[in-house]
Amino acid sequence: MSQHSFELNGRPVTVDAPDDMPLLWVLRDLLGVTGPKYGCGVGVCRSCTSHLDGAEIQPCVVPVRDCAGRRVTTIEGLACGDRLHPVQQAWLDCDVSQCGFCQPGQIMAAVALLKGTPQPTDADIDKIENVCRCGTYHRVRKAIKQAAGRG
Amino acid sequence: MTTRRRAIVYAVSASTLTLAVPLGFGGLTAADAEVAPPRPGAGPPTGVAVGSDAEKLVLEVTAANRVVVRLPRVEVGQGITTATAMLIAEELDARLQDVDIPLADARTDGGNQYTGGSSSVRTLYDPARKVAAVARARLVTAAARQWRVPARTLRTENTMVIAPDGRTATFGSLTAAAARISRPDVSSAPKPASRHRIIGRPATRIDARDLVTGAAKYAGDLAVAGAMPTVVARPPTLGGTVATVDDARARALPGVLAVVRIPSGVAVVAQTFYHAWQARDALRITWQPGPMATVSDAEIRSRLRAALPRPAAPPRGSTQVQGEFEFAFVSHAPMEVLTAVADVRADRAELWFSTQTPTDARGSLAEALRLPERSIKVHVVRGGGSFGRRLGYEAAIEAALISKAARRPVKLMWSRNDDMRHGGMRPATCHRVRASLARGRVVASVHDSASVDELSLPIPTGAWRSVDSGMSRTADEIITDETAKALGKDPVAYRRALLRGSPRAALDKVAAAGRWGRPLPAGWGQGVAVHEEYDSTVACLAEIDATDPRNPRVVAVTVAADVGTVVNPLGLEAQLMGATMDGISTILYAGLHIDRGAVREGSFADFRYARQRHSPLRFAAHIMPSRRPPGGAGELAVPAAAGAVANAYARATGTRPRRFPIVF
Repeated sequence: MSQHSFELNGRPVTVDAPDDMPLLWVLRDLLGVTGPKYGCGVGVCRSCTSHLDGAEIQPCVVPVRDCAGRRVTTIEGLACGDRLHPVQQAWLDCDVSQCGFCQPGQIMAAVALLKGTPQPTDADIDKIENVCRCGTYHRVRKAIKQAAGRG
Repeated sequence: MTTRRRAIVYAVSASTLTLAVPLGFGGLTAADAEVAPPRPGAGPPTGVAVGSDAEKLVLEVTAANRVVVRLPRVEVGQGITTATAMLIAEELDARLQDVDIPLADARTDGGNQYTGGSSSVRTLYDPARKVAAVARARLVTAAARQWRVPARTLRTENTMVIAPDGRTATFGSLTAAAARISRPDVSSAPKPASRHRIIGRPATRIDARDLVTGAAKYAGDLAVAGAMPTVVARPPTLGGTVATVDDARARALPGVLAVVRIPSGVAVVAQTFYHAWQARDALRITWQPGPMATVSDAEIRSRLRAALPRPAAPPRGSTQVQGEFEFAFVSHAPMEVLTAVADVRADRAELWFSTQTPTDARGSLAEALRLPERSIKVHVVRGGGSFGRRLGYEAAIEAALISKAARRPVKLMWSRNDDMRHGGMRPATCHRVRASLARGRVVASVHDSASVDELSLPIPTGAWRSVDSGMSRTADEIITDETAKALGKDPVAYRRALLRGSPRAALDKVAAAGRWGRPLPAGWGQGVAVHEEYDSTVACLAEIDATDPRNPRVVAVTVAADVGTVVNPLGLEAQLMGATMDGISTILYAGLHIDRGAVREGSFADFRYARQRHSPLRFAAHIMPSRRPPGGAGELAVPAAAGAVANAYARATGTRPRRFPIVF
């Protein structure tokens, strides 16, 4: 057990947690940040996808010690107050969500993609591994393209 | 033939306008809608009617100008809360954003409260409009009396009553007065369809913002006081049991609050899920193998084939187009694993979980806890997908037993591994289909099937979106294509000649819109299928790139659906799109293997449900115009998509697919 300090959605936080405790459970069980979802625990389904220093991570396989002094952003930290991030807005415009459980992860993956590839091709979008069991992929693709157009 | 009865709408409160209507009104009968239950153990009985008179829909107009309808159904992504809000807003002339659709707790006043059988819109369409129309008439009458003007001169819009002189009153300001009105001065009949302004127009989900900001709460996100993370160590084989357990090492770990034995394994309650899993892994358990421990896929397949009836002799002189088709087990694998919060005390229990069968669940909980049903409160929570998985409520029973034994509230979560290896699956099936041809046509056909459910093997199974149709329709459509080929006919033209009315129109639509027969590169192919169920019809045209037959991609899908009156075209399109992905996944990639009594797959790494790279680049859903009452839509397109993808693969590769998923 040791103290870990990092920036979470723009605010400094310090938690007591074992070094190897995955960030996902630090967020969900210690900090009450429940936007990132558990879907597999092994970095495969990507429902928990969030950002570390702006890059995509799967918090279920990132130990909290790796976050020390760094910037963690979850779906809760994406909007600016009431103003949604353009990718979130595109998700609303395209009515992407069904059950919604994977969508925080899908959105965080899309934001990370657009950061590195502002005008993604279908082949770029195909590289997103996040599972959507409701099968919203077509609208995810549409929303990413719409957000890219706005960007 | 549906007999329409008069709906009896009645007031249930004196302080605010609160009205109830039975869900049986104008809705389905037992013959129309059935939900096939999971098997074995925790599940409802077979063939139970959805939407009965004992079930009520209750509408309240609050003083704060909110229209609140507690929905006796569960929202698992299918969009039923949005569709219900649209029905209510339409008849009340309320703004959609002023309508709240919370999920009703398990009712104690009767009705089974099932969500299943693609029945929700069908059961809600008439009662929801009726109760809202009655509410509107009373609100208008209340305003008329307040303003001392004839009620017929008033109109309603944007959750307000509006007078000819421009005066307005919000519904909220009128609710107390409207509650005292029993005989309204204006008609309380629902609008004719020609006046619909909300029904039939695309609406985005009412919960969309919560879903994209992470604000939406699923069972695992609830902050129930003192409910601590809980996991269960489960046996390696299906139905295995604990022989011995040494929990000394686990109990000594930090953050562990309780270790409890339950019938399905050993539960650990801890400060966090991390601590709970650490302790679970530190348990020293010896397992008694389950009753299936010697059984693998090969044996299951041969037993299924053996269970098929002996085929009768075909008509003399006919030639046969035939095939034996095998479908693997499939996990429901909703993104949100089974999760249940339970707070069990000596004399009462309170639970929070997502369930399609809340009243059955409460009955089983009462039995498991030896408490009267009235002492058990079941809060129905939105679910992160279901596809039939939440017909079962194993996690709720486990959570209740653990809470009782540990004497504290718990938040139980199954791991992904738990759900894939011990959760109910779509049963493996085998089908033998034969078309007998003579004189250039089919003179006899037979379709026999056997499901693993009939083999009395202790394998947990459960109804999976579209139940048997996903498999049986695929087998039929493949034989239809092979029959057309044997007769030298084009698959669309051959089907077209056999179809009339709605299915023919849907087939024509996909053939035209999907450009049936267009020139394609080598290794590509198109396939079609048509399916009728739930008082609805759907046709699907899939185009596949199977240049690499082990790595096929469906590149384009065109769907045409006739589901009667459509409440939300955008919601219907979402259901058709999702069902298409289910068809693609189950035909091409996603299934479960059984190795010596254990499920081999354990996560989305090896259970290969489609990813973005498997989804069609072009998808178009066409909604066929109809004035019929609503049909079912949630499961409708799975069989058509599955059949179309299988036929497209067959034509692209020149093969005759017989075993699914194909890449397995």
